[in-house]
Amino acid sequence: MSESLPREDAAHVAKLAKLHFNDQQLNLFTGQLANILDLVETLNEVDTDGVKPTYTVSDNINVLREDVAVKSNQKNELLANAPETQDGQIKVPAIIDEES
Amino acid sequence: MTDFFNENLTSLHKKLVDKEISATELTKEALNKSKSSQSEINAFITIDDEGALKRAAEIDAVGIDPDNILSGIPFAIKDNIVTKGLKTTAASHILDNFVPVYDATVIEKLNELGIVTIGKTNMDEFAMGGSTETSYFGKTANAWDHTKVPGGSSGGSASSVASGVIPVALGSDTGGSIRQPAAFNGIVGLKPTYGRVSRWGLIAFGSSLDQIGPLTRTVEDNARVLAAISGKDQRDTTTEDQSVPDFTKGIKKGVKDLRIGVPKEYFAKGIDEGVKDVVKKAIAKYESSGAKVDEVSLPHSKYGIAAYYILASSEASSNLERFDGIRYGFSARQDGQTLEDLYVRTRSEGFGDEVKRRIMLGTFALSAGFYDAYFKKAAQVRTLIVNDFAKVFENHDIILGPTTTSPAFDLGSENDDPVKMYMNDLLTIPLNLAGLPGMSINAGFTDGLPVGLQIIGKRFDESTIYKTAYAFEQDSQLFTKHPGVNF
Repeated sequence: MSESLPREDAAHVAKLAKLHFNDQQLNLFTGQLANILDLVETLNEVDTDGVKPTYTVSDNINVLREDVAVKSNQKNELLANAPETQDGQIKVPAIIDEES
Repeated sequence: MTDFFNENLTSLHKKLVDKEISATELTKEALNKSKSSQSEINAFITIDDEGALKRAAEIDAVGIDPDNILSGIPFAIKDNIVTKGLKTTAASHILDNFVPVYDATVIEKLNELGIVTIGKTNMDEFAMGGSTETSYFGKTANAWDHTKVPGGSSGGSASSVASGVIPVALGSDTGGSIRQPAAFNGIVGLKPTYGRVSRWGLIAFGSSLDQIGPLTRTVEDNARVLAAISGKDQRDTTTEDQSVPDFTKGIKKGVKDLRIGVPKEYFAKGIDEGVKDVVKKAIAKYESSGAKVDEVSLPHSKYGIAAYYILASSEASSNLERFDGIRYGFSARQDGQTLEDLYVRTRSEGFGDEVKRRIMLGTFALSAGFYDAYFKKAAQVRTLIVNDFAKVFENHDIILGPTTTSPAFDLGSENDDPVKMYMNDLLTIPLNLAGLPGMSINAGFTDGLPVGLQIIGKRFDESTIYKTAYAFEQDSQLFTKHPGVNF
């Protein structure tokens, strides 16, 4: 595991997480995350060879239900929460560049 | 004027049935108390005058149901549980204008029973924190000392119940967020077994850990609310097909011959001496009531925090991907911007620092090259923690220990040190990792602040927790003590 978190790694993670930090914030976060990772490193003391990981304590594997269609028809309420709408649709910035 | 410090659900129900008070009058009183407490404790993000009075009038029109103890009872709901038509923010800027189009399953169930939602309570942003200080809507104060934190993340729910402004509140618990604020405010808070209560409509944080549960002034009230919100739900496939017993049944059986395990790790160095003393005295009380108490060991519990912050943050980083400024919530729109720019600006301006830290940590732990070293390792340690508890429960009925490592700390004292803040969850986190039910009740006081006794049960054995809690509560009569401020 990493001894601490390099600043470039933190910048890469921020990009993956779709977050932007200015230089000062990135320095602060890098330091704090490094401290948290130091705490996490204590897990290395534990011998986990051959131990099955637990991702959930739920015993359920396949949960089936009747396939019943429900008409919720909440279009207006849903659109009321949207930041920008046009002609009954949610508006987003251009996804495809005009020139490409 | 109704004094909630002298009432419980049974007595309020009787007054409503006997028409000593109407649902509308009771609602008005709860609204007034909630509003007048705001400048002191700031427990609410939203107080819903209009909706609450409308609802109370509907209940009065059909009449109080004599067979249903929650009919006409005012509730406060943590603001990460969605309520149809009532703003639900998770205490975040990114959802500060969000009005849900549906009710969470727990709200549906409670509404059918005739509760009146007074308002939505303050919390740490997205339930990430242990002090309710990361809220976008300001800090909440502890009911007993307004310069101290109420704990978190269900700080508003805990402080409002402990301050006598509301009889009952719902919270959520991912790493201690019901039990720790219940401890800091001297009330009863239960995190149910994972799978007992539907998470449908709970704004997701760590989906393998989250549970909704009740915060109340008495053990019996708590049992009644749990019964009302429990049960299998098709919309949450992790809910289990377990029967929902009457949790108040057998509550008075006493603790004679109860086999209690006390983990030595829960009294380790670093845990406040005053807290240890109060909890030890409470455990001695059980022993003198005929319970069999012996020391046990949960050797991996000290690794709980490290495992939890990897697992919970990883789950959170995935769950919070949905907040992108497109369909609802805050959106940082600018002319001519790209879609990518909209995502990044919305998230960077919309999330607070603690949420960003956890998204970063989780994204890192799940990223290529680090997954095995962090996420898988943490999940393996989780297995060892599950096994530790299972071993103790082979020959014990219940586990007792402190809920928190200290009593409530000063507002603002731990904001700059995330690791120090995380250490507060040392004693509560292992239960979430193991999916076990756990409760905090008031065990007494140190330096004038409440101390929580944590009662840990086997999976789906909340009944034994309630029986254990009730015995101490009735013996100590600590629920008759309150902060003394009447709002």
